[in-house]
Amino acid sequence: MRIPILKIKEYLLVSIQVELDDQTVLEFQEDLLNKIAETDARGVVIDLTSVDMVDSFIAKVLGDVVTMTSLMGSVTVLSGIQPSVAITLIELGITLDNVHTAMDLDQGILILNRLLEG
Amino acid sequence: MGETIRIVINNEIDIVVARQKGRELSKAVHFGIVDQSRITTAISELARNIYLYASHGEIRLSIKEENRKKGLEIIAEDKGPGIDDIRKALEDGYTTSNGLGAGLPGVKRLMDTFSIESVPGEGTKITALKWTK
Ligand SMILES: Nc1ncnc2c1ncn2[C@@H]1O[C@H](COP(=O)(O)OP(=O)(O)OP(=O)(O)O)[C@@H](O)[C@H]1O
Ligand SMILES: [Mg+2]
Repeated sequence: MRIPILKIKEYLLVSIQVELDDQTVLEFQEDLLNKIAETDARGVVIDLTSVDMVDSFIAKVLGDVVTMTSLMGSVTVLSGIQPSVAITLIELGITLDNVHTAMDLDQGILILNRLLEG
Repeated sequence: MGETIRIVINNEIDIVVARQKGRELSKAVHFGIVDQSRITTAISELARNIYLYASHGEIRLSIKEENRKKGLEIIAEDKGPGIDDIRKALEDGYTTSNGLGAGLPGVKRLMDTFSIESVPGEGTKITALKWTK
């Protein structure tokens, strides 16, 4: 199952709607990095509104994605993290430091606009 | 009640199956949405550890009842290499696989009770339980 990555202007938008098995997560990481290289996207929003569970593996890959995209000169915002997922992540001891977050996809785009303006 | 759901863990997809079963069961017992997330995540961590370190094993899920309270018990059992130093394995950040080392200490915090039996060379059995409020 490949996660679709949409390009809108200079941004890539991803809304995760599928069950995240390990292979899907790793393919997504690779697809996103390739897409950034291909399109020179300046910003990425990954929307997690429909994701009801994030374990340490998924959290690690998401954190890696954020770091890798920033190494490539792009900025990634995670949006829509559910309260129950946020609580579970904190109890797991995962704080996702230095990661930009937003309430939803719209807010995510606004944050990118602000971070990238000028 | 009393029935046990058994999920054999042999590959990555079995990890997803185990956590989906856990989600269904915790909904059926009327856990709140946050506890459902805690339980599902704990199952995912334990199932992935089995797959990663022991290759094969199983997750058993069952409903417990005590003083009119219900609980969900997770047993993760494998005949893999076992854990040499259990105290270390429970430290935040300790990992032998370049992970976050968040799994075991995390499961301990997410659940109400947690215990590990592990014998190097023989295998590992982890039992964790969450009670409804
Ligand atoms: N079932 C098991 N059999 C053998 N060793 C295990 C088992 N489960 C855990 N371990 C050992 O305990 C260590 C800590 O496990 P833990 O789940 O906390 O972290 P991790 O799996 O390394 O990383 P993460 O879970 O954050 O992705 C592992 O690195 C591994 O060495
Ligand atoms: Mg682990």
